[in-house]
Amino acid sequence: MSALLQLDGVACIRGDRLLFENLSLALAPGEALWLRGPNGAGKSSLIRLAAGLLRPAAGTVERRGRIALIDEAAALDAELPLRRALDFWARVDTVDGHAVDRAMAAMALEPLSEVPVAMLSTGQRKRAAMVRVIASGAPIWLLDEPANGMDDAAQARLVAAIAAHRVNGGAVLLASHFALGVPDLAELDMGAVA
Amino acid sequence: MTTLIALFWRDLRRAWGRGALWLPVLFFLLVATAFPFAVGPDAPLLRRAGGGMVWVAALLAALLPIDRLVRPDRDAGVIDQLAVRGIADEVVAAVKILAHAIAFGLPLMIALFPAAALLAQDAARVELLAVGIAIAVPALASLAVLSAALTAGLKSGSAIGGLLVLPLAVPLLIFGAGMLDPSGRGAIKLLAATSLLLTMIGPFAAGAAMRGLRE
Repeated sequence: MSALLQLDGVACIRGDRLLFENLSLALAPGEALWLRGPNGAGKSSLIRLAAGLLRPAAGTVERRGRIALIDEAAALDAELPLRRALDFWARVDTVDGHAVDRAMAAMALEPLSEVPVAMLSTGQRKRAAMVRVIASGAPIWLLDEPANGMDDAAQARLVAAIAAHRVNGGAVLLASHFALGVPDLAELDMGAVA
Repeated sequence: MTTLIALFWRDLRRAWGRGALWLPVLFFLLVATAFPFAVGPDAPLLRRAGGGMVWVAALLAALLPIDRLVRPDRDAGVIDQLAVRGIADEVVAAVKILAHAIAFGLPLMIALFPAAALLAQDAARVELLAVGIAIAVPALASLAVLSAALTAGLKSGSAIGGLLVLPLAVPLLIFGAGMLDPSGRGAIKLLAATSLLLTMIGPFAAGAAMRGLRE
């Protein structure tokens, strides 16, 4: 089975600091990997490498399929109502409104459709970013601290969304400094790699 | 294509939202109103100097919103999200240039007529100004997006941004204002050539600058 995402012998240098080197991983459809470790271990850098936003100092990154990314920035226009801000990304991803409807239902955000993004709380914004990821239909999910600011109910919905994505043949690379309770999850301790 | 149209409308909406549509217009008219007070009501002098003033005001109007062109998108992660979707930074820059050209160019062309009247320009000179500025608008937009991309990573970027592109904008000013001179008949071709060159360079240079923001 060919991997959706494959990193071979990857090294990452930020500034003049070597974060990690000779790191390899592969994610096949249905697989998920939890990048764990303390702050500054290079979890976010690895996510950005996988997304193609950073170039590896050594090694190769291969992606077979589209990517959906969550990082610390929500990338939603603050002045727009939530639904319209999400619809922009739906148009960019060329998916129809029903995909956004379903994703909003999955993250229980329908009641906030008309609320401007600027008024949302941190956790609500993370849920909105998750809606963008779900609605995009991309097979590879790169989630950098997706649960930050989320309450227990929202975390449960996130875990359910990840499970549903894997059942549909998607792959998930998840960076988090705490356990989310995703079942059947491979782990990579970035603290040990560095 | 749908993606690029969505991007274009978003940029235009953000440029014109909350009354920002009138910003270049007001700025432009403000300069045209203030200038006669500064040089005095000497109509021949005003006519001679006013054309050049229109060009300077047009350049500054283009540079007015540079801190809103790239930096907010970079801070909000929008540029990263577009890159993740495989959209080249050069394409994003090109769309931004097109949107900015329309966002400030269209109101500017409209404001040109009252501004020219305030500066005692006659019909023939108004025509030359309108044609010249219409030719230069894509280049001005290109320079604005370029300086916005170059300074998006800096704290007080917009002040430096203006200085950064000023040397590149000088040929536009020379040839544009040169069109108004009765002896400057070839100026329009030089203006068009300069505008074309700057417009072509813009997306690549701005795209490279946006990619550099990620490192």
